[in-house]
Amino acid sequence: MMRTLFEKWKPAFWNLPVHTQGPFKHMFNFRRIWKLTVALTAGVTLLPLIAITLIDYNVTQSSIESEILLTTARSVSNTKRSISFFLDERKSALDFLVHNNTFESLMDESNLARILRDLQKGFGGGFEDMGVIDAAGLQRAYVGPYNLKGKDYSDQSWFRKVVESGIYISDVFLGFRNVPHLVIAVKYDLPDGDFYILRSSLDTYRFILLLSELELSGRGDAFMINDHGILQTPSRYHGKVLEPFSLPVPAYSDRTEVHEIQDVKGEPIIFGYAYIPNTPFILVIVKLKRAMMKSWHQTRLQLIGFLVASITIILLVILGVATYLVNNLYVTDQKRLMSLHQLEYGSKMASIGRLAAGIAHEINNPLAIINEKAGLIKDLFCYKKEYADDPRLIRTIDAIIASVERCGTITKRLLGFSRQSDVMLQKIDVGELLREVLSFTGKEAEYRSIDVTVAVQDAVPLIESDRGKLQQIFLNLINNSFAAMEDGGHLEISAVLNAAREVVVSVKDDGCGISEADLRRVFEPFFSTKTQKGGTGLGLSITYNLVKEIGGQIDVESEEGVGTCFIVRLPVDAQPKKENPK
Amino acid sequence: MNILLVDDEIELVSTLAERLEIRGIEAHWFTNAKDALKSAETVPYDLAILDVKMPRTSGLELRDRLKRKYPNIKFIFLTGHGSEEDYRRGAVDGAVYLVKPIQIDQLIARMNEILKT
Repeated sequence: MMRTLFEKWKPAFWNLPVHTQGPFKHMFNFRRIWKLTVALTAGVTLLPLIAITLIDYNVTQSSIESEILLTTARSVSNTKRSISFFLDERKSALDFLVHNNTFESLMDESNLARILRDLQKGFGGGFEDMGVIDAAGLQRAYVGPYNLKGKDYSDQSWFRKVVESGIYISDVFLGFRNVPHLVIAVKYDLPDGDFYILRSSLDTYRFILLLSELELSGRGDAFMINDHGILQTPSRYHGKVLEPFSLPVPAYSDRTEVHEIQDVKGEPIIFGYAYIPNTPFILVIVKLKRAMMKSWHQTRLQLIGFLVASITIILLVILGVATYLVNNLYVTDQKRLMSLHQLEYGSKMASIGRLAAGIAHEINNPLAIINEKAGLIKDLFCYKKEYADDPRLIRTIDAIIASVERCGTITKRLLGFSRQSDVMLQKIDVGELLREVLSFTGKEAEYRSIDVTVAVQDAVPLIESDRGKLQQIFLNLINNSFAAMEDGGHLEISAVLNAAREVVVSVKDDGCGISEADLRRVFEPFFSTKTQKGGTGLGLSITYNLVKEIGGQIDVESEEGVGTCFIVRLPVDAQPKKENPK
Repeated sequence: MNILLVDDEIELVSTLAERLEIRGIEAHWFTNAKDALKSAETVPYDLAILDVKMPRTSGLELRDRLKRKYPNIKFIFLTGHGSEEDYRRGAVDGAVYLVKPIQIDQLIARMNEILKT
């Protein structure tokens, strides 16, 4: 398909043989010129375009990527502050309580219950229960939904930690109640060196709400893990609460960090995290990079589309222009070659003409002598009676004289034909001219038993034209017809006057004909179907030019296998075209 | 009636003279202009039949020289070349112009025509 398309659109110069040596006849390697033109123009137009597109691509991509990182960092920071604030608030509340109440009043469970209620009311939930633990680790007072009074915490790690640092925020755990919750405990040092601990459970509902309210694009997921990588709140895509997180725990940093890493499936993700100070929690926001870059993909598609469309259009234009220009170059070069050939051909014709004239002249003298000698012999027979009046001898001599006359006619015509002159107008009888031209080819027609008929309408007037050129035109056409015909063919030559006062001479043969594809090209120089037989492809192009020179027109009609008809229209009194001034 | 016949081809000119003689027309023939001019000094020619193309002195040149001396001589030209230009040059002064090979009857007819005028 591509091949046939290419064959159809292939420019004329494409299949020219490349001559690397030899004379100037093939100075130009058109294919090379074409390739060079296309390559250079494509290079200087496409390279900047591609470069600019690539730069734009990279700039856009990196700006979008950095924006993704920035927005993620912003959400992480904001959420971290909210959670810190939430925890600090509750921590401070407990701190306030231990400072504001005496151990005794806290030990009073009815009072403790009232405090819990007030807290729940004042802080909008979060506090689940409350207990007071003495320095021995024993829960001395408790209010809440479970019966934990008297529980001994002395061997638990959180107890040791709160004794050490005065405050403790636990991981999320299930505990006895089998509900995820966390614990905040504050220590209060009594003046006598003793201490007690106020401990409260917080449900994680508020965290979850906070995190789920975050607007995260790109399949975003916000959750908390502890420093052991256990999920502290449920996540959308990374597991349930208290399950281990699929990715390693990020290294500690006191600032918000955002990195691009790969998840377990190897897909790039934006991973933002922040350690929440004084807690075991790490806030994590994970976004799928692919989803984040969705808008970028669209932009990228548009960019690439624009690039491809531009390149296609530029290439098409370059190919078209280069082909057009190089083809024109080729045609011009062909014309140049044609005029060179014509010059060559013309000078060859001129020398042949001179040669023919010389030969004709040389032959004419001996012919004249033969004529006179034969005439003398005849005279001797006729005038002197002593020679026997033998009719056979007279016939022989008459035959000699007749032959000499025929030869004389031919040499005279040859002399007339070979005469070189510029366009010279004279009144010409077309019928006579045709018969004269045919006399040169008469023998060939006879040998090949080609039937030649000449029909000249009575109305055809004398035309004012150049005799030599007309002779050459018709000689060429008749020779062409002979070449196209088999032995025994028919050549019909006719001349009529048409309405536009033109003498229309048609030369019609029943030879091999011309194929439709070739028909349009027969007048092109160097178009020949018999290059193997030594044809130059110049005959018809020269004929065409000759017809143009005398102001006429030539057309051809042909059907393969049926025959060809050349039609020459000659103006009766039009001026011939001026030849190039010398 | 004196007739001068000049052609560089001796076979042609001698045979033509003989044929004219057979027909009762006597002609002096020469193969070059020099001899012809010499003969013209003694013989008053009425008609000169000249070959256009001859070595050294051409027929047209010979015509000019003869005409200067003997303005009454009439001319007939014979040529093997048959060019248009020769024809125009030969025909301007009403000279007869015949292309070789010629037919004797035609030649005699033209001679008679010319001598009558």
